[in-house]
Amino acid sequence: MTQSATLDKLNAAFTGLAVSEFRSQTRVVAPRESAGAIFPFLKKECGFDLLVDVTCVDYLNFRDAKDRFGLVYLLASTTTNERLTIRVFVNEPDLTVPSVTPLWGGADWFEREVYDMFGIIFDGHPDLRRILMPFEFEAFPLRKDYPLQGRGERHNFPVLTRNRG
Amino acid sequence: MAIELPENVVISKLDELASWCRKNSLWPMPFATACCGIELMATGASRHDLARFGAEVFRFSPRQCDLMIVAGRVVMKMLPVLQRIWQQMNEPKWCISMGACASTGGVFDTYSVVQGIDRFIPVDMYVPGCPPRPEQLIQAIIDLQDKIQAEGTITGEEFDVPSRQMKKRALVELPILPSLPPGFVPQIRR
Repeated sequence: MTQSATLDKLNAAFTGLAVSEFRSQTRVVAPRESAGAIFPFLKKECGFDLLVDVTCVDYLNFRDAKDRFGLVYLLASTTTNERLTIRVFVNEPDLTVPSVTPLWGGADWFEREVYDMFGIIFDGHPDLRRILMPFEFEAFPLRKDYPLQGRGERHNFPVLTRNRG
Repeated sequence: MAIELPENVVISKLDELASWCRKNSLWPMPFATACCGIELMATGASRHDLARFGAEVFRFSPRQCDLMIVAGRVVMKMLPVLQRIWQQMNEPKWCISMGACASTGGVFDTYSVVQGIDRFIPVDMYVPGCPPRPEQLIQAIIDLQDKIQAEGTITGEEFDVPSRQMKKRALVELPILPSLPPGFVPQIRR
């Protein structure tokens, strides 16, 4: 539950926020232009000192969806026990959002995973490499237009026989 | 022309003697990546007692092993590791593919899971099951012992005798659309 004072403060500082609530969880959809400013504000002015998770949803072919990728940031405050979900939608071809790793160090591997699986570029990330897939992997496998069984990458290896090894 | 032999002398061929020695002293290398590895540990423990078949000493260095037991699913990031460990093992060497995932990919028919390690390294024995019971793995080791005794173990090449080449499994990967261009080489992207 997010305190209304926090939301008032947020609405006063930023325009275009869409606040909604579901089962006492508060969600704020932030316009992409304000993504660079809203996270420092939330940390420094609103006291959200803990980043719980950064993840992403691909809304390709999802009914009534207007945007392709929805980034999800789960924030928490360890002093006031508030929790807040920030969502930022991005669309192709420009899949760049500002990194929050300089704010919360724990975002480092979250953002690497989102980059690895969805190809979202986190501007300002100190070390944006793949984290789960091999470095030579080219595709972003959690995108909905990527086939479940891959494009043959899993079998692109040399074959060892008895004679060779 | 018969030769009189004392009762305590047995005549054998040298490679059969070597095979007999080797089959009763297998040194497994546990390549355990998933739940099959738990059954593999149970097989080596006292209840199921792999020591009865001379294969109880698991070594975690491939240099000291001659039997690789691949227990669990192998993803494409792990496969180069698997191949390197296989190459580091000394001849003669054998491989048991333990469980559905190592043999076929199992239920993990996804972009990252290799659909059977026999596509990339030679496999001597397959153990079905998810995961297999320790008794099944013991049966596989007994069968492998029979195979070692039958096929000889002097060099690694004796497995490629012409009669065996005929039996080689043809592995054909069905193309998954869209197909890769021929000579597909993934580019390093950082």
